Amino acid sequence: MNHSLSVERLLPILLWIAGGTVVVFLIAPIIAIVPLSFNAEPFFTYPMPGLSLRWYEEFLSSEVWQLALKNSIIVAVCTTLVSTALGTLAAIGLSRPECPFRATLTAILISPMIVPVIVSAVGIYYAFAAVGLLNSLTGLVLAHTAIGAPFVVITVTATLASFDHNLMRAASSLGATPVEAVLRIMLPIIAPGVVSGALFAFVTSFDEVVIALFIAGSEERTLPRQMWSGVRETLSPTIAAVATLLILFSTLFLATIQWLHRRAERQKLMH
Amino acid sequence: MALMLTDDVINNAIDTAPLARRLRGLRRKGQMRALLLVAPLMLFLLAIFILPIGMLLIRSVDNREVARTLPNTVSMLSSWDGKGVPDEAVYAALATDMKASSREDVAEIAKRLNYYETGMRSMLLKTARTIRNAKAPYKDAFIAADAQWASPRYWHLLRQAMPELTDFYLLAALDMSRDETGVITTVAPENAVHIDVLLRTFAVSASVTLLCLLLGYPLAALIARSKGGIANALLILVLLPFWTSLLVRTSAWVVLLQSRGVVNSALAWLGVIDPSQPLELIYNRIGVLIAMTHVLLPFMVLPIYSVMKSIPPVYLRAASSLGAPPLSAFWRIYLPMSMPGVSAGGLLVFILALGYYITPALVGGPRDQMVSYYIAYYSNQVTNWGMAAALSAILLVAVLILYAVYNRLVGIDRLRIG
Repeated sequence: MNHSLSVERLLPILLWIAGGTVVVFLIAPIIAIVPLSFNAEPFFTYPMPGLSLRWYEEFLSSEVWQLALKNSIIVAVCTTLVSTALGTLAAIGLSRPECPFRATLTAILISPMIVPVIVSAVGIYYAFAAVGLLNSLTGLVLAHTAIGAPFVVITVTATLASFDHNLMRAASSLGATPVEAVLRIMLPIIAPGVVSGALFAFVTSFDEVVIALFIAGSEERTLPRQMWSGVRETLSPTIAAVATLLILFSTLFLATIQWLHRRAERQKLMH
Repeated sequence: MALMLTDDVINNAIDTAPLARRLRGLRRKGQMRALLLVAPLMLFLLAIFILPIGMLLIRSVDNREVARTLPNTVSMLSSWDGKGVPDEAVYAALATDMKASSREDVAEIAKRLNYYETGMRSMLLKTARTIRNAKAPYKDAFIAADAQWASPRYWHLLRQAMPELTDFYLLAALDMSRDETGVITTVAPENAVHIDVLLRTFAVSASVTLLCLLLGYPLAALIARSKGGIANALLILVLLPFWTSLLVRTSAWVVLLQSRGVVNSALAWLGVIDPSQPLELIYNRIGVLIAMTHVLLPFMVLPIYSVMKSIPPVYLRAASSLGAPPLSAFWRIYLPMSMPGVSAGGLLVFILALGYYITPALVGGPRDQMVSYYIAYYSNQVTNWGMAAALSAILLVAVLILYAVYNRLVGIDRLRIG
């Protein structure tokens, strides 16, 4: 009796030690790189000899990095617009009660999430070479849209699962055209799903490197593509500065997604 | 269901037949409308994703170069009895084909035939140069250009390379080939590379899955039994790396694990290691395992957590009130009930690991590269599309089979994305 009691008390402590260690393993590398970006010297060790913003300055004054940043933003914004539009339409179609072959259609639409990215990249490279879409931002947008749209389909479909289709019937019985009903009734209700799908598409494109490695030339280099060469060739603290900025970005994204989730939960409670 | 019943009822009532027709028409219109909404993305994916991958995969069995460049030779060789060396007519046909084709075409089939036997490329290119100015009898001209044309072996190889479809690349991807008589054999151990790569890919993925499970299970349990704010905070700490760019996380590990990086200098400072002999933590298997485990861990934690959250704590209390010690309550109640999460997370991590390219390429050594690296190598560096396609096909089939298992166990529609 005494023995089992002590085990009972010990177990939660052990669990905290084990789980806490894993959390440290998950977070520490991300935290550790941040101060190194302010290092006055180009080393990757602590303690740092002094603080400086020179690596941020280098990032901001380097034409190569600025072009990469610009390309990444252009490609990610265009990808987000196209994949959100196509993905939301498809999700609305799939969730209509009378949609035929739903399982097969869904499987095909989310297949880009399932196929290993290297296979997609080589296939797209092979096909784009044949039609002259290599080394162009258009090519990157098209390819990124293909792998980003499934995220929109999934998030919007999930939101539509709890959508009451009687609302649409009510709207049309009150004289709304189908387009009006979608724009004024359905879209506002599924907006959190659309927005989080759009965020997923944006991040997917903004973080994508394998396809960019294959189909983008030196003029179309994106930020991840430039980081890839930076890590491979000369690992300079500029990488740490870029990484820190990207960590800041992902924290903002995570906060937005969390806020959307919570809003959706609250809406569910209200209904 | 309700609609079908209505259909049946209406179909049986003769005087309402026009109504049934209208109803069917309406339903078809509804179906069309749904399909029209799905169509734009479907067509887009067909053009940008499915068709390209299909074109790539066809390359793994496609073998039209030889038949296209050497049409006369191919038709002559197909009636050859295969005994000894072919007669003058076959040599003449090859000479005609070589004279008629461009340098680029000859170079292409020379490269293609070189996959069968190293050295055939230079043999063919050299012959093509001399044969352009040669006159009959061609048999002597060929043998004068290169004595190897007197050996039946090269004619057998040429005949093997003729068909428009080939299993050559798929066999080569599994370190197999056909001998002169067409029997499948395994290649010599010193030339066998692909089985090694496939086994290594499998081994690294399995190790990463195991490590993720060992680290992920206690963390998921901790989050599941924590309450409110603490659980939320822990979840956010899992989601933050999940949302952080893959390249940021990989570069962080490169910075940390270098010989003069943070980990080594911390260990030296603590006196654990001698500063002049830092641990080799990167550009080897250790680096790959650490970085890939870090990248894939959230995909293990989240599914296990969501299953654990639904295990009622009363079950454990019931077990202990019936006299089970905590460990046996865990072993006989909690663990079996959390297994759906373990299998979902394990499968997902394993599938994702199989296709990884960036992380092993950046933190691994030459002996740690996985099948993805070789797909990139064959398509980018040596432009052997057949091999790139064959390895892609093998990887794709493995991943699709595992997803089918995932779909049966978990349901593909419950694929978690954060």
